[in-house]
Amino acid sequence: MAYTFQDYKKGQPRWCPGCGDHFFLSSFHKALAEIGTAPENIAVISGIGCSSRLPHYMATYGMNTIHGRAAAIATGCKVANSKLDVWQVSGDGDGLAIGGNHFIHANRRNIDLNMILLNNRIYGLTKGQYSPTSPRGFVSKSSPYGTVEDPFRPAELCFGARGHFFARAVATDAPGTIAILKAAHAHKGASVCEILQNCVIFNDGTHESVYSKEGRQKNAIYVEHGKPLVFGENNEFGLVQDGFGLKKVEIGKDGYTIDDILVHDAHCQDNTLQLKLALMGDGDGFPVALGVIRDVEAPTYNDAVEAQIEEVKAKKPYHTFAELLETNDIWEVK
Amino acid sequence: MEIKELDSVVVRFSGDSGDGMQLAGNIFSTVSATVGNSISTFPDYPADIRAPQGSLTGVSGYQVHIGAGQVYTPGDKCDVLVAMNAAALKTQYRYAKPGATIIIDTDSFGPKDLEKAQFQTDDPLQEMGIDQDRVVACPLTTMVKDCLKDSGMDVKAMLKCRNMFAVGLVCWLFDRDLEVAFNFLREKFAKKPAIAEANIRVIQAGYDYGHNTHSTATNVRRIETREKKPGRYMDITGNKATAYGFIAAAEKAGLKLYLGSYPITPATDVLHELSKHKSLGVTTVQCEDEISGCASALGASFAGALAVTSTSGPGICLKSEAMNLAVIMELPLVVLDVQRGGPATGLPTKSEQTDLLQVLYGRNGESPMPVMAALSPADCFDAAYEASKMALEHMTPVVLLTDAFIANGSAAFRLPDLSEYPAIQPPYVPEEMKGTWTPYMRAENGTRYWAVPGREGFTHILGGLEKDNQTGAISTNPENHDLMTRLRQQKIDNIEVPDLEVLGDRDDAELLIVGFGSTYGHLHTAMDELRARGHKVAMAQFRYIRPLPRNTAEVLMRYPKVVVAEQNMGQLAAYLRMQVDGFVPQQFNQVKGQPFVVEELVNTFSKLL
Repeated sequence: MAYTFQDYKKGQPRWCPGCGDHFFLSSFHKALAEIGTAPENIAVISGIGCSSRLPHYMATYGMNTIHGRAAAIATGCKVANSKLDVWQVSGDGDGLAIGGNHFIHANRRNIDLNMILLNNRIYGLTKGQYSPTSPRGFVSKSSPYGTVEDPFRPAELCFGARGHFFARAVATDAPGTIAILKAAHAHKGASVCEILQNCVIFNDGTHESVYSKEGRQKNAIYVEHGKPLVFGENNEFGLVQDGFGLKKVEIGKDGYTIDDILVHDAHCQDNTLQLKLALMGDGDGFPVALGVIRDVEAPTYNDAVEAQIEEVKAKKPYHTFAELLETNDIWEVK
Repeated sequence: MEIKELDSVVVRFSGDSGDGMQLAGNIFSTVSATVGNSISTFPDYPADIRAPQGSLTGVSGYQVHIGAGQVYTPGDKCDVLVAMNAAALKTQYRYAKPGATIIIDTDSFGPKDLEKAQFQTDDPLQEMGIDQDRVVACPLTTMVKDCLKDSGMDVKAMLKCRNMFAVGLVCWLFDRDLEVAFNFLREKFAKKPAIAEANIRVIQAGYDYGHNTHSTATNVRRIETREKKPGRYMDITGNKATAYGFIAAAEKAGLKLYLGSYPITPATDVLHELSKHKSLGVTTVQCEDEISGCASALGASFAGALAVTSTSGPGICLKSEAMNLAVIMELPLVVLDVQRGGPATGLPTKSEQTDLLQVLYGRNGESPMPVMAALSPADCFDAAYEASKMALEHMTPVVLLTDAFIANGSAAFRLPDLSEYPAIQPPYVPEEMKGTWTPYMRAENGTRYWAVPGREGFTHILGGLEKDNQTGAISTNPENHDLMTRLRQQKIDNIEVPDLEVLGDRDDAELLIVGFGSTYGHLHTAMDELRARGHKVAMAQFRYIRPLPRNTAEVLMRYPKVVVAEQNMGQLAAYLRMQVDGFVPQQFNQVKGQPFVVEELVNTFSKLL
């Protein structure tokens, strides 16, 4: 049976007009229709925060749980019933501050979850405090003189936790978002999708450089496995390896040709260059990388749990409670 | 030879952590249980991770109480103390009754051993004021080596059999049939028959030693069996029985069993036990923290499993948030709290009943949740089964309280026949409600229906925000919140639990002893003792704490005097006073991390009469 985005849609979203969550939700509905899993076989699990309201606008199974615990709850849900497509939705506070521990362990265990991180670098629901992804010096209600701490960079945290899938899209870029959501679903194992979005009320313009199509043409690079890493309005720029780092070059200048440009390898087990791509664009003159940056196959926790159960079932002679009792030292009183 | 008949006897095996005292105790209790004696055991582990050999902190004990009639506790003090080395004698003698028989291995009482045990003189018996006539002092190690000299074993392997000599000697002391012990060992070491045979030879040697030298030491005593309940039995600890209860409930309900847990003393053995039984489809996830243990279990519950999270008091603090989410989402979840001494890290290996008010009230908002407390190691099985049934049938988290004492203690467990246990029938949403169903529609008893993901036509969103009673959508309507609060309370109040049972002098007791959970055995024994002295005494032990049995007020107000005895500062008493108008009990409170001592209970209660 073919589904349309209407089959995944429910209710009227209550986010502020212009909020990035609206854009993401719409792309999410469309991506699910393209993936085509029946709504009853999907569970969407969020924590707390503006973006965590999202399950209420889904015609699937779902839970809008407690602050920070979405990844832990999603873990139990997937391990108990691996037939479900489980999507875990968190904001930057929910996923990386209070829920940071669950985020890294879900990645480390490689639970087959699609983990969406809606990153607007601010606490919106509590009305404007800095988040763990706000840049150093960020001025907010709780940091009137600027923060004195460095932010997490989500890709770094994901890779540090041995994550096997990391992708990025801008909320206003529907095709880009749909593409990474589909790739995340296709990937077996924990997949992290960072969605860059604005909070129009408390942190407007935080991803300004890539928020419009024109901006992305200038300031972003769409990475694609097997394709050269080129960017610019006419793909006139490219990335080459330069010592331990990357270098931005203009094709046709300084002797660089298209053949010198690095070809993206999302499947490379070693994440060194993938991490370099993921960290670009932080005011360093490099473009922001969008698309699937890392996508490496690895055994999933839930599959391994099931395989082990089958293995032990075949090996051990007891399969019912009554048979279990008989494995003990038993005596009889007559 | 004189054979003295006894009603019950307590034997304490003690030695270095590596001396195999638990196995020794285990064999002796099994041998006794096989002839139909009632048994109760309790291990006493050292708190040190790995104390030096022969040191005072490295001593571990294993106490076995066997009785002709029912025994309810491992006993206050022992009639026979086996001390495998000087440190054991030094630390364990205080658990011996005056006039108890003391068995020591003189080979482990050399100058070095005495020094490690911090004896001041070279005569430890005199130093401790122990009457020589009560002591069976034998060169145990020498005799074991002698017995195994042609076995081809090395000395280290031989010394591992020392504990069996003690078992043999104790078996002689109580006129036990060794054949059962032999069979036990042959089964235990089925893959190493040579080890089994060596152990058997040493047990026989211990027995023969007792037999040949009995005139110089002490007399044989015999525990006859008065009350026998025919059936097949095994020895079980509370933690193992709890794990078995969950497995049985999942099988009966036809559900996958999911445990989300984080290692914590004294609950970890439940995680260990359940992790073994993958052949029954049991899924255990050792989570990154206590929070995730509970949260992931709740996710598994949403997905349709019998979900359990196991912990001890400090873990409850961390799980409270997700337990609360289970309350508002009305999903089944069993939270096992194996209580230990607190606050904070407190006394991790010791036992208390100090989490009661925490599990009843330690959450934000109005958060009613059923609470049960298991009475004994074997009762942990039924309690875990019932807690699971209650959670699944009433769509609610349920707390099951046990504690270090019954979790580590063991007793004979009559193998249950699952076909005799009540069915477990969760309120799955009926197919005919498709199209009209919303998540907070309720069955007649106030329970929400369960729509497990995967079912077409029942997609829905649950969550931690208050929901509209009719539509299930988020609602901040004041009237709706008040109504939902009452509906969640009513649902718990509607749960049927058995009436509170009154034991002893039901009709004319002058004093009613009240407790909950694991103090059952000690309070029962104290009541029996008081009644034997001619007093009119009854007791009522709470197993269901929320909701309370319907006859609670009637029972508590029926007797002229009531004492609530508990291992905390009066939490059950406070709770009962809140629930029962005009109820003002006497209290007996002790927070030592140790089980009650029957003698102390008897003395205290006597003064109330």
